[in-house]
Amino acid sequence: MLLIKQGRVIDPESGRDETGNIVISAGKITDYLPGKAPKNFEGTVIDAAGHWVLPGLIDMHVHLRDPGFEWKEDIRSGTVAAAAGGFSSVACMANTSPVNDHAEVTRYIREKAASQGAANVFPVAAVTRGMEGKEMTDFAELFEAGAVAFSDDGKPVRNALMLRRALEYARAFDFLIMEHAEDHDLSEGGAANEGWAALRLGIPGIPSASEEVAIARDILLARLTGGRIHIQHISTKMGVDLLRMAKKAGLRVTGETAPHYFTLTDAAIEGYNTNAKMSPPLRGEEDRMAILEGIVDGTIDAIASDHAPHDDLTKRCEFTAASNGIIGLETALPLSMSLLAGGKVTPARLVELLSVSPARILGLKGKGSLRKGSDGDVTIVNPEDEWEFQESDVRSKSRNSPFFGWKMKGRAVAVLCGGRVTHSLLRDVAADV
Amino acid sequence: MEWRRRHVLGLADFSTEEIEFVIDTARSMEDVLTRDIKKVPALRGKTVVNLFFEPSTRTRTSFEIAGKRLSADMVNFSSTVSSVSKGESLLDTARNIDAMKPGIIVMRHPASGAAHFLSRYVSCSVINAGDGSNEHPTQGLLDLYAILKVKNKIKGIKIAIIGDILHSRVVRSNLHSLGRMGADLWLCGPATLLPREMARSGAKLTNDIREAVRDADVVMMLRIQLERQHTAYFPSLREYSRKYGLNSEVFSLARKDAVIMHPGPINRGVELSDELADSAHSIILNQVESGVAIRMALLYLLAGGHHAAH
Amino acid sequence: MKKSVKKLILDAKGVDRVLSRLTHEIIEKNKGAEEIALVGICSGGVPLSRAIQGKIRSIEGLDVPAGYVDITLYRDDLSRAGYQPRLKRTEVPFSIDEKRVVLVDDVLFTGRTIRAAMDALIDFGRPKNIQLAVLIDRGHRELPIRADYVGRNVPTARNETVEVIVEGEPEEWKVMLRESAPGKGE
Repeated sequence: MLLIKQGRVIDPESGRDETGNIVISAGKITDYLPGKAPKNFEGTVIDAAGHWVLPGLIDMHVHLRDPGFEWKEDIRSGTVAAAAGGFSSVACMANTSPVNDHAEVTRYIREKAASQGAANVFPVAAVTRGMEGKEMTDFAELFEAGAVAFSDDGKPVRNALMLRRALEYARAFDFLIMEHAEDHDLSEGGAANEGWAALRLGIPGIPSASEEVAIARDILLARLTGGRIHIQHISTKMGVDLLRMAKKAGLRVTGETAPHYFTLTDAAIEGYNTNAKMSPPLRGEEDRMAILEGIVDGTIDAIASDHAPHDDLTKRCEFTAASNGIIGLETALPLSMSLLAGGKVTPARLVELLSVSPARILGLKGKGSLRKGSDGDVTIVNPEDEWEFQESDVRSKSRNSPFFGWKMKGRAVAVLCGGRVTHSLLRDVAADV
Repeated sequence: MEWRRRHVLGLADFSTEEIEFVIDTARSMEDVLTRDIKKVPALRGKTVVNLFFEPSTRTRTSFEIAGKRLSADMVNFSSTVSSVSKGESLLDTARNIDAMKPGIIVMRHPASGAAHFLSRYVSCSVINAGDGSNEHPTQGLLDLYAILKVKNKIKGIKIAIIGDILHSRVVRSNLHSLGRMGADLWLCGPATLLPREMARSGAKLTNDIREAVRDADVVMMLRIQLERQHTAYFPSLREYSRKYGLNSEVFSLARKDAVIMHPGPINRGVELSDELADSAHSIILNQVESGVAIRMALLYLLAGGHHAAH
Repeated sequence: MKKSVKKLILDAKGVDRVLSRLTHEIIEKNKGAEEIALVGICSGGVPLSRAIQGKIRSIEGLDVPAGYVDITLYRDDLSRAGYQPRLKRTEVPFSIDEKRVVLVDDVLFTGRTIRAAMDALIDFGRPKNIQLAVLIDRGHRELPIRADYVGRNVPTARNETVEVIVEGEPEEWKVMLRESAPGKGE
């Protein structure tokens, strides 16, 4: 039995934002008590006074690199990093080695996470075999093995007909396809956003149109097929506009963005900083503002880190040769909390972006809520904690981040996953991982 | 002023004083080049490594001659990028060469920012001999020097640079050297090779070669890479040459005493007609001469024992 | 940093008299001015060599060729010196082959500048001989170098400076002895 007492419980799913107490037993939330804490509680007590108590946060876009690239990250280190960042669940992408296009790989991931992981891991399987874009994977079998959605992320499904078929086939089971929206012909050879920053540094550019053309295609194919599609890591203004239009038209399209797209622009590539290189690339200020706007007006459903660990060798080199991506599990929450300044994004909205929507989009039952009967996944946040993100803080195996030295406000001080404490900065609460 | 730079990676942050200082030093170096014995002992005992990841006879030879005139020991490492990607990373190559303790490394590499990268991992000085599409600082300086020799000033001079602006590191360096010194710069090329964002540099843009050349004091032609045709930047070399090549008819629009420049090597008949390349208006050979003097100047300035950055 | 003037060694008139004497000595030793070429060492030696050229013209009615050389690129202390010294110009617009070349400098001190000047001259051609004329010899030689023609011998301490001003009008020329930071010489 575990009691989280006196915290500010922010649970949009039940419409709550008040001081309250949560009781967890056998891995589930068994009781919710508003107001004063119950006296004489038998069991572990976590004092959350002065903190926020949120449904366990869910990062719906991470790369755990396991199997195949375990020197960059593995299921253990990745989930420890997730917990340190405030997440109780993550959805991991399929671009492992071997690719997660077979049920055995899906099961391997689930089993390893169950025995060693510090968070719930929901595998996302590939749309096409080997992510080659030619043949669909066995969607139903993969789903039964534990895959929650399908994506060739890292790549788009290049052929429109292939994507059409996948969306149509998936529709029957109401499976979700998530697309990395990029037109490879337009982006070919590019390494940074096509704009003045790249032009000045002589770096080949990737035009915004590369993402925009792909999003338009993906939305229209969803319209054609009646299937569900989720657009990953949106980075452009027009991308947000297209998503807004799709929602207005009642299409079953959702979208996510990553914290770096609303905190950085392509100015960050100055000095050939390879920790500012990712796909899609950082864009211009206009795009950044449009992403913020999309978060505020509800066009963008979720924030996901696109945690992409890379070792030193592939980042400590010439810009055009460097691999794409940055780690993000441990900075996603504090960077997202910067949205609260200025009042346009409320704490409840933040919880939607980081927990409620991911749970809904991925169909994760019992998650994204603190209602009685939900899973015992809880994130406790100190919204006033001012701290500086340092390399020494990082729990991931990789260190490719542009945020070192950034002053953050807000931090996850404890995370529970199925009632088990997976992360704790609280003095009298120990993590059990 | 005192020379304090440890590296010459690009002209982007060079002050006008620094540019003038290099030009002045180059003038003194030209004195050496007019003698019978074109050699001074200034860099005796110093090793200069030419690290070229892109084939280049012209620039490499120019640096080699410059170093030898100063009595430096010149060492050539040529490497194609493919052998690097098969084996050593640029980081490893940098560390290996640095362990041999050269005084100066001159590097040419196909990736923009490669020289900046190298400079972070070696303890000696680095001169960028061209990195991807980023900069070619010695070219920017020698072009300025060559123009000063014939025109005696830069301010107000109309300079038209014509060709593949998008991929040209020569243009980027020239924007800093010529642009900063007050030239009236015009960039011209097909729309696929002349990004509109370039206007932010302060240069004027046009897709019409006649507009660029009209009343120009200097017409600089850039080499069109023949491979660009295959990635659909323009329909054919024939069309490119007709619309963007310099011939006598177009050149007649320039001022009577206008000069023609080209960083070399020339695609004769494509961007520049034979007739013009060999005419009295061409100062292309002056550029080559100026190049040796500029490179001698930079080798001399970087060979000093003390740099602010140490 | 300039310290107090210790002593005025030569005023303008004094410099002029010394130059006249040096000119006569040069003409006498070389038995006439026909084969003479003057090369001033930058920077102090340049106006001095021009003055001597002028005096030879008045005395012998002959215009001997005069040039100047910057010895910076021949110095033996480059890269020890700190920031690379600023280069000056060199102009020797005549052949020095078979000529009696008279190097002209303002102050002879350690002899290293003269060694560098001789290296430079050898690269220009093959003179018949090389002679050295200096306005002031202040001692403290570090190399086996001696001047053929000396305007004035001024024994000095190492921390003193001999300051030769030969810019502007000859009426403003003078030579002074100053105390200064150790190690500073010509």
